[in-house]
Amino acid sequence: MNLLEFFRERKKQTPAAIAKERLQIIVAHERGQRTAPDYLPALQQELVEVIRKYVNIDSDQVQVALENQGNYSILELNVTLPDR
Amino acid sequence: MAKIIVVTSGKGGVGKTTTSAAIGTGLALRGHKTVIIDFDVGLRNLDLIMGCERRVVYDFVNVIHSDATLAQALIKDKRLENLYVLAASQTRDKDALTQEGVEKVITELSASFEYIICDSPAGIEKGAHLAMYFADEAIVVTNPEVSSVRDSDRMLGLLASKSRRAEQGLEPIKEHLLLTRYSPERVTNGEMLGVEDVEEILAIRLLGVIPESKSVLKASNQGIPVILDEQSDAGQAYSDAVDRLLGKEVDHRFLDVKKPGFLQRLFGGRE
Repeated sequence: MNLLEFFRERKKQTPAAIAKERLQIIVAHERGQRTAPDYLPALQQELVEVIRKYVNIDSDQVQVALENQGNYSILELNVTLPDR
Repeated sequence: MAKIIVVTSGKGGVGKTTTSAAIGTGLALRGHKTVIIDFDVGLRNLDLIMGCERRVVYDFVNVIHSDATLAQALIKDKRLENLYVLAASQTRDKDALTQEGVEKVITELSASFEYIICDSPAGIEKGAHLAMYFADEAIVVTNPEVSSVRDSDRMLGLLASKSRRAEQGLEPIKEHLLLTRYSPERVTNGEMLGVEDVEEILAIRLLGVIPESKSVLKASNQGIPVILDEQSDAGQAYSDAVDRLLGKEVDHRFLDVKKPGFLQRLFGGRE
């Protein structure tokens, strides 16, 4: 490694830092799924069907997430409506 | 009542069997009557690592099916008074292990042993499930590498939800992180996840860090648990881990880059 490369390397994230960042994201995501109740996929599917009665959307335009906040949970529903 | 400790990881090849052999041997060295059970049915290997492969007559599945008694199947270690091995069966029958059968054997062993080490197979199938199901404590063996860390996290989820303790609402399994194949040089160079990184992601108590070491292959080649190689860094690191498992406060060693000695620098010798 010459001197120039040495300084260029410094600016970039190290491979270990990239690994850590990727792991933190995937692990957090998978932990969220792990604690999600079994009915969530079915709930999502039925919600999509109800919304489809009124608006034409794809199933991936509805996101359902359950977030635990201490002694209560928040059911978050995110629907992306098509451009008018 | 024996303490049941599962050695698990999810991912294969990270050092579960090496760790089971080392920790079990370390406990016996400290005077605790210990048995190590190989749960990897069909891919038995603990016997090779322990150096007793030619003395396996009856195995775990024989005992479950009452084809042999525990006394017949337990292999007594030649080196240590308090150490026994229960080999896995080489059958290809995936359903050879049953929960009732494993429970029967563990209950019987509990009466006369202080520690039962369950060497889990890789994966999350039946063998791995039964290895951790009855555990009181878990040693999660992890390499500082993305797939291993992710799989360890998955195992932690299973330990917290699919074990006997979880199902019966008892106190949860005590989880320990054992980081193996650690290379301080590569961590310093930013090529490898550091111990703090893995601790931060998995958020469990650190039991020990085993450095990447030639002594591990050397020991397995000879069928001697690496903890018996007291000169080696890996052997010493395992020894510290056993002390911590028994509740001692021991500082972590082998986390920093070794500075080569004068002679080593002169002649370029490597350990």
